[in-house]
Amino acid sequence: MEFFLEVLIGGLLAGLMYSLVAIGFVLIYKASGVFNFAQGAMVLFAALTFVSLLERGVPFWGAFAVTLLSMLMLAWAIERMVLRPLVNRPPITLFMATLGLSYIIEGLAQTLWGAQVHGLDLGISDEPFEVAGLLLSQFDLFAAGTAGLLVLALSLLFNKTRVGISLRAVADDQLAALSIGIKLQKVWMIVWAVAGFVGLVAGLLWGARLGVQFSLSLIVLKALPVLIIGGFTSIGGAIVGGLIIGASEKLAEVYLGPVIGGGIENWFPYVLALLFLLVRPAGIFGERAIERV
Amino acid sequence: MAGAPLLELQHISLSFKGVKAVTDISFTVQQGEICALIGPNGAGKSSLLNVINGVYPPDEGMVGFNGNSYRKMQSHQAAVQGIARTFQNIALFKGMSVLDNVLTGRNLKVKSSWLEQTFHIGRAASDIAKQRQKAEEVIDFLRINQWRNSIVGTLPYGLQKRVELGRALASEPRLLLLDEPMAGMNSEEKAEMSGFILDTQRELGTTVVLIEHDIGVVMGLSDHVVVLDYGRKVGDGTPDEVRRNPEVIAAYLGTSH
Amino acid sequence: MLYRESGQFSTSYLAEGRLFKLYQQRWGFYALLAFAFLAVPYLGNDYWFSAILIPFLVLSLAGLGLNLLTGYAGQISLGSAAFMAVGAFAAYNFQLRIDGMPLLLGFFFGGVTAALVGVVFGLPSLRIKGFYLLVSTLAAQFVVTWVLTQFGWFSNYNSSGVISAPPLVILGHDFSSPAGRYLLTLGVAAALFWFAHNIVHSELGRRWMAVRDMDTAAAVIGIPILQTKLLAFAISSFILGIAGALWAFAYLGTVEPHGFDLSRSFQILFIIIIGGMGSILGNFLGAAFIVLLPILLSNLSATFLAGVVDPGQLENLQKIIFGALIIFFLIKEPAGLARLWQAFRERSRIWPLRF
Repeated sequence: MEFFLEVLIGGLLAGLMYSLVAIGFVLIYKASGVFNFAQGAMVLFAALTFVSLLERGVPFWGAFAVTLLSMLMLAWAIERMVLRPLVNRPPITLFMATLGLSYIIEGLAQTLWGAQVHGLDLGISDEPFEVAGLLLSQFDLFAAGTAGLLVLALSLLFNKTRVGISLRAVADDQLAALSIGIKLQKVWMIVWAVAGFVGLVAGLLWGARLGVQFSLSLIVLKALPVLIIGGFTSIGGAIVGGLIIGASEKLAEVYLGPVIGGGIENWFPYVLALLFLLVRPAGIFGERAIERV
Repeated sequence: MAGAPLLELQHISLSFKGVKAVTDISFTVQQGEICALIGPNGAGKSSLLNVINGVYPPDEGMVGFNGNSYRKMQSHQAAVQGIARTFQNIALFKGMSVLDNVLTGRNLKVKSSWLEQTFHIGRAASDIAKQRQKAEEVIDFLRINQWRNSIVGTLPYGLQKRVELGRALASEPRLLLLDEPMAGMNSEEKAEMSGFILDTQRELGTTVVLIEHDIGVVMGLSDHVVVLDYGRKVGDGTPDEVRRNPEVIAAYLGTSH
Repeated sequence: MLYRESGQFSTSYLAEGRLFKLYQQRWGFYALLAFAFLAVPYLGNDYWFSAILIPFLVLSLAGLGLNLLTGYAGQISLGSAAFMAVGAFAAYNFQLRIDGMPLLLGFFFGGVTAALVGVVFGLPSLRIKGFYLLVSTLAAQFVVTWVLTQFGWFSNYNSSGVISAPPLVILGHDFSSPAGRYLLTLGVAAALFWFAHNIVHSELGRRWMAVRDMDTAAAVIGIPILQTKLLAFAISSFILGIAGALWAFAYLGTVEPHGFDLSRSFQILFIIIIGGMGSILGNFLGAAFIVLLPILLSNLSATFLAGVVDPGQLENLQKIIFGALIIFFLIKEPAGLARLWQAFRERSRIWPLRF
């Protein structure tokens, strides 16, 4: 039983790390309807930039600020060169554009900073410690706390600031938002920049966990089933989806793995997400639109 | 007009997320008549068409068609039964040519399998020629020959409406549902479209249910008018009867026209 | 005017459905086919066969498979490589386990197996649409590679999961030389392109496009949606499966499951974006582009930037260029290279006049 709980809690905490990537994705999907496959590449870009600056002797917060600035510039460039020319195109076209975008960002990150693996130490030990008789990872707890703070900050941004309110207006109805004078392009840029910031946070945590390397870009593949379960449009859904995926993935690995063989964590979330879809075709929190004809 | 009705709606109710769109509506449409559904925006006219051909399942009530009763009609089943329709916002296949769009209307009449067609064996040759000929007849009928190979998405609105009618006619329907076939047209185009609808009824014997806002057109075209308001039926009869119905005048004609 | 079309009319509905309506085009096409089958095997050298022509043909074929599903039937997929893997491993096992299985029949059964797997992963497409369907195809991608790696039976218990080509012999003729492998690939590709061309110009092709353009309307006019989508998955996967078998046996010789990973699926998607979705010709153009660009880039850098750019940087540069081209095409020419070629042909009909 204790072992089960440990696995479960470990899974839940790891799931929040997936949620972090998924949140950036949800932001962009909500505000611009773009299914952003490049979110993983953005995580890689942020982490690689940050760690390379650190290694060149830039202090932590300096590196953080410069990386954030470069994410802003990236958002600006994306809005200018990709989103604006593709406005009013079908969603599938925008999705494919983000595939291209992920290639560009990955290539760019590695051209600038090289392809070798970097270690990243955030000063949080990964030593397990004991809570109520259960061994928990300190790092996982830290990551979970960060995710919580991030969600809090985002909900403040969305609900209390002017920018946030126009953002919600755009998410609700682009045309109506345009007609009351909200600048779509500005909102998009801000959203992509915020998603870039979320990518930076996710990149730091993931980078500290796995080392900063190319495979960070692939965590977008982990975020996808999370989104399917939580729905594309709900930050709360991204959290819950992450918890479900994280927990079931770990449990399956521990209890199912020995039966059918190891390495199932690549496909298990997808099969789980697929099963969810068959029951709820728009995810748990997604709304199914009534098709008007 | 005698005999059993072709279409019979019995106590149809429909709601979306608790909002009533249509409440307890019953009426019948006789074989071979043109029946108009009129009423202000949001009266539930389109929803009713969607119930008739199975796009939305009704919460309550039955749809009777051609002697059979259905609790819940599937779209596919409706098509097989001979119900064809056009849509308010044009639902053509925009990336395909006019001819291909009309040909898709004949998909239920295709006899040869895809393998026969792919390898040009068996029934394929005669089948392809037959479908093509029928499609050309529809294209002639609607006088859209010169746009036969144009991609539908590039055509002006009025023509698209005509192509959509063509796709519906290609299936040789028994019942044709037209959702605002003349919306956004000028009077000349409206007259032309009215002509096509009348020809369809007279020459092909097709029963028509249509939604239209232009009262002049409706009164001139229809044998039978059903008036809806806030999802309820407020009038049902010949154009003359409806014109004199005080409830209808209050609900619709008196206010907006 | 490069050629005249006056006086040439289609006199039957069947004639109108031909691939090339003008005899100039028809003869041009026959000449091209004759050149590819008869002249190229003598003119080409081993490098051309092995490094350019064979991968070009196989990737065209894979593009064709995905294009039927995505470009024609409108169902987006990121699992193309999985179906190629199924085809390759199934063809290998049919060859291995059934004595006297003819090579081409083995390919065919490999394709059929891929088609069945395609149908399984296409089943959710009834309930789920658009981006959500990506999950089903990604599931195919990950499940298939895992199964092939996990269970040794599929690779005949090779320790690293590698399968090797069976003897490439058809009716006593040996096709294992580079020119032979080229001819084998060309023959299979030509047959499948003919097959696919006929499908997209038949009722089934029309149904696919109808489902792609507006599935609600397609259902209302009586098109059986599930059957239409599943046939798209089946036929697409069939072609991808055979492409996978060719990739393994005619191009590489040996292959492991991870040779068919997600980046291969992306590569095939890029072929149809660049070449043109919903175009048969586009698959060739896109594949040629994907095969030639890296070669061109490495030659250019060897000539002009010798010693300055290392291979790793070149690969990054290539990624950036590919990504930028994808976006460029989506913005400027969503119908891909095929549209450019069509525009060129229109111009050449009236050249030197402008209108």
